[in-house]
Amino acid sequence: MSDFKIALRERETVNVLELKGYLDAHTAPKLEEAFQNLLKNARFNIVVNCRDLSYISSAGLGVFMAFIEDVRKNKGDIKLTNMTPKVYNVFDLLGFPLLYEILPDEQEAVRKFSERMK
Amino acid sequence: MSKRTLNIESRTERLIAVREFISVAAREFGFTDEEVSKIALAVDEACTNIIKHAYKYDPNYSISVTISTHNGAFEIAIRDTGRDFRPEAIPTPDMKEYLEHYRHGGLGVYLMRSLMDKVEYNIRPGKMNEVRLTKFLPR
Repeated sequence: MSDFKIALRERETVNVLELKGYLDAHTAPKLEEAFQNLLKNARFNIVVNCRDLSYISSAGLGVFMAFIEDVRKNKGDIKLTNMTPKVYNVFDLLGFPLLYEILPDEQEAVRKFSERMK
Repeated sequence: MSKRTLNIESRTERLIAVREFISVAAREFGFTDEEVSKIALAVDEACTNIIKHAYKYDPNYSISVTISTHNGAFEIAIRDTGRDFRPEAIPTPDMKEYLEHYRHGGLGVYLMRSLMDKVEYNIRPGKMNEVRLTKFLPR
């Protein structure tokens, strides 16, 4: 299925997940697997770039909820960036900006992680 | 009044077809892009709940999605023949508490209620479950 893709990049001490396409109950397991792999390798500084994410349902939001606690326990974070207004509206409707740092730009999220490391 | 129906197998890979079916009809009916997205998301959530809870991911069942439009009302009836449930037993989560305690799941019904003007259930145990989602065109 090509309706959802994830690309993984490393920037300094940060792992960037780039999401593309439609994140729903069908494709959410792919994102779950990507987070599981990062955690397994003790990679806890995670930026999720949502620039090309066209759609998210609660199944996708649930993936972020499933990992945030473990990531923070390990002194890391999941920061979300570059969301389209359509995707941001869904996060906002559920109050997710209270729990997650949502930034306009990936660069800024990477910089925040680097500052914390100093 | 006009009606159209899409029947799908109970598989998550069919959700994209449901969203497309709803989006085309909602746009034709006169909703803005933002409203079209909300309606498609609410219907996705209803179908996801059926696949997950009523059919427990068994793909050998079907879901019917019927759109009826009349007098500015856009109504979607989603029917299944899976396990019944008590809609009144589904709590509306307190999102602040939900997020603070890293809860999981249960957001679909909350989203449906937030995105649509009306959410109604018609549960006939052992026969059929129906959820009806309605959105009105702004006057």
